Amino acid sequence: MLTVEGLRSRYGRIEVLHGIDLQVQSGEIVTVVGANGAGKTTLLRCLSGVQPVTGGTITFRGEPLVSVPAYKRLRLGLAQSPEGRQIFTSLTVEENLRLGAFLFSDERVDRDMEDAFQMFPILKQKRNLAAGGLSGGQQQMLAMARALMGRPTCLLLDEPSMGLAPIIVSQIFDVVKNLKALSVTVLLVEQNAFGALKIADRGYVMETGRIIMAGAADELIADPRIREAYLGI
Amino acid sequence: MSELLQFLFSGLTVGAVYALVALGFTIIYNASDVVNFAQGEFVMLGGMITWFAHAQGLPLPLAALIAIAVTALLGVAMNKLMIEPARGAPVVSLIIITIGASIFIQGGTQLIFGKEIHSFPAFSGDEPLRIGGATILPQSLWVIAGALVVYVALWLFFTRTLLGRAVLATANNRLAAQLVGINTSFVMTLSFALSAAIGALGGMLAAPITLTAYNVGIGFALKGFAGAMLGGMGSPKGALTGGFLIGLIEALTAGYVSSQYKDAAAFVVILLVLFFMPQGLFGRKSTDRV
Ligand SMILES: Nc1ncnc2c1ncn2[C@@H]1O[C@H](COP(=O)(O)OP(=O)(O)OP(=O)(O)O)[C@@H](O)[C@H]1O
Ligand SMILES: [Mg+2]
Repeated sequence: MLTVEGLRSRYGRIEVLHGIDLQVQSGEIVTVVGANGAGKTTLLRCLSGVQPVTGGTITFRGEPLVSVPAYKRLRLGLAQSPEGRQIFTSLTVEENLRLGAFLFSDERVDRDMEDAFQMFPILKQKRNLAAGGLSGGQQQMLAMARALMGRPTCLLLDEPSMGLAPIIVSQIFDVVKNLKALSVTVLLVEQNAFGALKIADRGYVMETGRIIMAGAADELIADPRIREAYLGI
Repeated sequence: MSELLQFLFSGLTVGAVYALVALGFTIIYNASDVVNFAQGEFVMLGGMITWFAHAQGLPLPLAALIAIAVTALLGVAMNKLMIEPARGAPVVSLIIITIGASIFIQGGTQLIFGKEIHSFPAFSGDEPLRIGGATILPQSLWVIAGALVVYVALWLFFTRTLLGRAVLATANNRLAAQLVGINTSFVMTLSFALSAAIGALGGMLAAPITLTAYNVGIGFALKGFAGAMLGGMGSPKGALTGGFLIGLIEALTAGYVSSQYKDAAAFVVILLVLFFMPQGLFGRKSTDRV
């Protein structure tokens, strides 16, 4: 579904992605784990088109993506819940969700919103409040729900667990795991390697702009080098 | 009593023009956080182009439509040529660019149309209407109605349409707006076109009363800015209220103090608002928690 080959990107003169290769098959949950500053966010920003690509290719459902402007990529089925949530703080929760479905104006929008409220009931309680007043966990839920309102076939998730209490993290990872049932393919980027690998089918390990290891998630969890470097076991 | 009423009528008339300028500020500010100081030039162009087209023998309604359309196109050109290339620059730099654009438009207008003061006939004649011992020109009613209609249309646009909310979303978080599929550069283009058209409408409606010349824009910009600040930058309701209040304050100052001080009134208001009420009357409170 998503194929990345030799992807390079830079901030100014400093290259931070040095040729990334990865693949996501339809229906999979794939995770990219790596420490702070490895380049995970930069990778997702390239996939969404908000970060310039300086080399390599991205192919999504057979279409080359690099020259497609960011705002058109959701039309192809690729959504992102970005790092730092990036919700519309001055708009209400409901307006945030409605804008998630900006591309659509059919009756399914209302149904999708009900589904989102079912997924995250707290958002329904707060639907008429300004999104900027939500707690960190609620903002994360809103960011994911907003991305799903765009009816993606593939969802890019950037550190949904960042800065959240363990109970919220497990709630959010449960939702991610259940996206399979909605036939949404997931590319999940995380510093929380253990939590991410537990729900993923396959994983990639990223270090300073390179993929240094790849494999089935349960094999990566069992790998002694991974256990030492990323799982702290 | 009829004296007060007379001052109120003239305050409402200029206030309506200031409200239209302030509404123009609001749109671009909502889309980009930029205060567009060329807004006054759009007002000036509305009057000047209508005068010019009418002087060439075109009927007044057609001349007015041409003025609004040409000004909207100039607004789009300004965005494409001056604002968009500087995207990513700090807001202050963008504001300075708009001041440059204002000087440029003023100079260009002077070159093309000259320095003379112009006017064209009022839409519904010059026979003043008598109300409660005071008089008001029919054209004043046109200006006031124009401000109210534009306000209602904008209010519906921002609160009832998805595209309107997309404009607000773009201002709030451009990255996220792109991620939900909003073409943010189109939103900017649209905002400039709308703002310019509204400014031109105000200038066109006001010109039979206030007269027009290449250099009237800056005054409108400052008064409209004062109105937008007083009402709360970004709020259409605030722009409407603020614009009318500035007009009334100005007219009452001119009537009861001295017409020498009427321009100072707007600046006093700007200063008072900045010191005591930076959010203005209806400004959005910052709800960001992070
Ligand atoms: N806007 C920027 N300008 C310059 N350098 C940047 C910028 N954003 C990130 N970098 C650098 O690029 C590298 C990769 O950053 P990136 O944010 O992609 O890492 P990450 O894996 O997402 O980290 P984290 O887990 O902390 O989110 C880092 O060295 C970082 O310092
Ligand atoms: Mg990151």
